[in-house]
Amino acid sequence: MPHPTPEEVKGLVGGGSSGLVTRLLDSDVFASFRSSKLTMLAAFIVLLMFFGAAFAPWIAPFDPFDPAKVFLSDASIPPRWQAAGDPRFIFGTDDQGRDLYSAILYGLRVSLIVGGLGVLLAAAIGITLGLVAGYVGGRVDALIMRVADVQLTFPAILIALLIDGVVHSLWKGVSREESAIPVLVISIGLSFWVQYARTIRGSTLVEKNKDYVAAARLVGIPTPVIMLRHVLPNVIGPVLVILTINLGLAIITEATLSFLGVGLPPTQPSLGTLISIGNQYLFSGDWWIVAFPGATLAVLVLAVNLLGDWLRDALNPKLR
Amino acid sequence: MLAFIIRRIAQSLFVMVAVALIAFLMFRFVGDPVNQMVGIDTPQEEVARLRESLGLNDPAIVQFGRFVWDVLHFNFGVSYQFRLPVTQLLAERAPATLELALTAAIFALIVGVIMGVYCALNRDSWLARVFQAVSLVGVSLPTFLIGILLIYLFAVILGWLPSNGRGQVVKIGEWWTTGFFTASGLKALILPAITLGLFQMTLIMRLVRAEMMEVMRTDYIKFAKARGLRTRSIHFGHALKNTLIPVITIAGLQLGSIIAFAIITETVFNWPGMGILFLKAVQNVDIPIMAAYLMLIGFLFVIINLAVDLAYGLVDPRLRVAMRA
Repeated sequence: MPHPTPEEVKGLVGGGSSGLVTRLLDSDVFASFRSSKLTMLAAFIVLLMFFGAAFAPWIAPFDPFDPAKVFLSDASIPPRWQAAGDPRFIFGTDDQGRDLYSAILYGLRVSLIVGGLGVLLAAAIGITLGLVAGYVGGRVDALIMRVADVQLTFPAILIALLIDGVVHSLWKGVSREESAIPVLVISIGLSFWVQYARTIRGSTLVEKNKDYVAAARLVGIPTPVIMLRHVLPNVIGPVLVILTINLGLAIITEATLSFLGVGLPPTQPSLGTLISIGNQYLFSGDWWIVAFPGATLAVLVLAVNLLGDWLRDALNPKLR
Repeated sequence: MLAFIIRRIAQSLFVMVAVALIAFLMFRFVGDPVNQMVGIDTPQEEVARLRESLGLNDPAIVQFGRFVWDVLHFNFGVSYQFRLPVTQLLAERAPATLELALTAAIFALIVGVIMGVYCALNRDSWLARVFQAVSLVGVSLPTFLIGILLIYLFAVILGWLPSNGRGQVVKIGEWWTTGFFTASGLKALILPAITLGLFQMTLIMRLVRAEMMEVMRTDYIKFAKARGLRTRSIHFGHALKNTLIPVITIAGLQLGSIIAFAIITETVFNWPGMGILFLKAVQNVDIPIMAAYLMLIGFLFVIINLAVDLAYGLVDPRLRVAMRA
């Protein structure tokens, strides 16, 4: 997947935060946003899903995890518009009688939390290592970038699986319910940091030779402060684009791990877990148990990817 | 050129040593190997003797050396779950995964190139737009969802193709089994191969389209047109030939990730390959299998990367000059 080099995206960084909203509304980026209907639709869908996930406990008509309100007699009811449907359940119910619409809202919540935290962890690791590698240089740089090279040899999903297995075996006393979310976040964080590190290192190498860094050094500002307060704000720009593009990948990774049975357990389902449950009932004709969570996941990832593609192009000065 | 080859091989060796180190650390420190071999009522002296005889009291570097020595002799230890040598378990399942990966790669390459060329030559036709939309969806849909969708359509509703297993297989030689020679084997291969190859197909399609559009604008294509050559000969003899080098590179590099992604496809279709074995190992913390699979995939990636880089240098004279500099 092509990603903007630091040089490409550097144009957008810099300046203070005064009048951020007016600057945003006047900017080329906002103009390009308004000119693309597809992007606006994607943004609308993403916002809608974030909203639904954030307020799931208030929006969802049922609490799918309250055993007192879930009845096995309600199991496998088709969606409302079908002949055998029940008006209480818009998208029908799953094998245990849980309202599918409510389960999807809660699942979306878990998927977005895991994906979002995973991407943020990856960015934190990548930015730190990239900054250190670029600024300190020498052996530290060589070591960090060699590790990055080795890791790039393997697909992220394989690394996430390995980390998942290793961490679970090290945390023997902890139950899967408690450990699932932290383990997934760690797996995603450790699988996706390389791209941030490479990008940040590239721009740090350029920035550290500039006069303002030399000036800061002459004044006697300690190195960690120079890295954080002076260099970091000037190299952080491209991270936003990578964050958006990686969010889609992270959501897919979480869903895949949950589908493979090493992610979230059925008692605390994400979209991937719901799909995995529904997959077992595909042959008995209960298509809705897999179809609605699957469609939600597909639409979410597609919308996030469209947004990421647009952001990459909009922030690329060469394409303006 | 020689310096480049030596440097490249040294890099590959470094990667393999690093992967071996990770595999060794997992082997040694995640899940104590002795605990897996003894029962609860084994006397303490017995455990200590076993520990000594396995060499677990030696310095770490000696143990790592022994681990590498074993790996070089294809000895990856014994699986905790199956109580069988890991090498044997992997060898039994390797043919299924390799046949699936190879079929998926060929499918991705052929269909991807055809769709890419069509999209580049007929940029504004409706079919090209459909292909573009399909490629966007193909990149966004997770592999397992595509598999489920195909199963529902072709196995549940239409009932044309089987939804799990390899069908009937034939034995070739000592241990290789193949599904290529039976009707049910070939039928069973179709859906998993499409599922596994779809992502790579969209990748190749996008690449061919972009490269082809670039080449069509170059002077030598204009000159070929001016010479009055036939359109077909320009498109396929001149343009396509020059787009294929980067395409083959990417396709080669993707072969490794196809084998790794087979984990997902094999789970969806219950395909008896190495991927399912690895997944079971992750679920049950069967470290020897995890370590061996990691080494195997690492080795494949390194070899493919190396081959592609070296072939690139041989094929493209411009790169040879750049390497010397």
